[in-house]
Amino acid sequence: MTALLVAVGTNGDVEAFEALFRHFAPRIKAYLSRGGAASADELMQEAMLIVWRRAALYDPAKGSAAAWIFAIARNLRIDAYRREKRPEFDPSDPALVPDGEEPADMRLAASEDAERLKLALTQLPPDQADVLNRSFFSDQSQSEIAAELKVPLGTVKSRMRLAFAKLKAALRGTGEAS
Amino acid sequence: MTIRHHISDDLLLSYAMGSLAEGWSIAVATHLALCPDCRRRLVEAEEIGGGLLEGTQPQAIEPSSWESVRARLSERPAEKAGRAAVQAEKPIIPRPLRDYLGGDLEAVKWRSLGKGASQCLIRTGENTTQVRLLKIPAGKPVPEHSHGGRELTLVLSGAFEDETGRFGPGDLEDADGSVTHQPRATPDADCICLAVTDAPLRFSSWVVRLVQPILGI
Ligand SMILES: [Zn+2]
Ligand SMILES: [Zn+2]
Repeated sequence: MTALLVAVGTNGDVEAFEALFRHFAPRIKAYLSRGGAASADELMQEAMLIVWRRAALYDPAKGSAAAWIFAIARNLRIDAYRREKRPEFDPSDPALVPDGEEPADMRLAASEDAERLKLALTQLPPDQADVLNRSFFSDQSQSEIAAELKVPLGTVKSRMRLAFAKLKAALRGTGEAS
Repeated sequence: MTIRHHISDDLLLSYAMGSLAEGWSIAVATHLALCPDCRRRLVEAEEIGGGLLEGTQPQAIEPSSWESVRARLSERPAEKAGRAAVQAEKPIIPRPLRDYLGGDLEAVKWRSLGKGASQCLIRTGENTTQVRLLKIPAGKPVPEHSHGGRELTLVLSGAFEDETGRFGPGDLEDADGSVTHQPRATPDADCICLAVTDAPLRFSSWVVRLVQPILGI
């Protein structure tokens, strides 16, 4: 997928884009329709057009195609369903503190990493997977999750922290199979 | 800038998933502008989003979807409105916070909280949080207060200390509802920080409590 996105970005390769579309469009539609929209297909088309137009900005050294496309769909979902903004830093802001030397192990796009992440996601304890999924699909805030599960907010926070730690370890290839 | 206090894992993950309310997100995004380390962690959190998207049960798309998209590939999107002119000087406050304030520090319209402290409320599109900029004179305490829920405090200039440690430029304090604390600006300079809470701050001094309804805090 990453190679396809690079081909779209560097050559405007329509065949590569169609392959990306066939793979991601049904997943993005599912993701965008969790908000309950009848117009999920149109929103999905919008998301894929943004992928096409911005592909030249994609840098495979900074993450996988799936993560990059996810971020586009996420922002579109917030724009479509919520009245509030999602503030983001601006990489070209003169007040931004620039990156130092990139550590040599920043290489998240490799397919082994994606495989390890996929496995780790299936191995999360159910209570951790549940808060992660609610946050991802249902757009529920930490306090909304706490209220719905009738657990203290601190419990939701710690489940998210545990889930993040396990998945991060899997991404870095340092994860212990739990 | 040496940052010692970073975005907690749960906040960063909520931000990456897109489920963090706008108020908290202002503090998180502003810290991200100041902290390359947390930007690297954000990349990992977004990889998790990518992994969840990959694992999503696909939903059938309209048979005509691909043709519709292909027909639009050569469309030029409408040009975005030009960004506000970049100041000649390097701003102190990074985006996105600068956009909320309508400029850098000198654009802030301060309102007095008494005892030399002042604040500026920041409006957002949601009502689950309250966002304000606070200015505490050098060596002086923030009016003593407690909060029912979470409080994020991001230092923009100067520094403050409280029971849990010292916080300088870029540091983010993540305090929960059990805390009644009295942060104090360090003696060398005024401390300017962004404070986000999910419940109205309760200032303990009766003077401040008296003016709270007037100031809308
Ligand atoms: Zn940080
Ligand atoms: Zn406080």
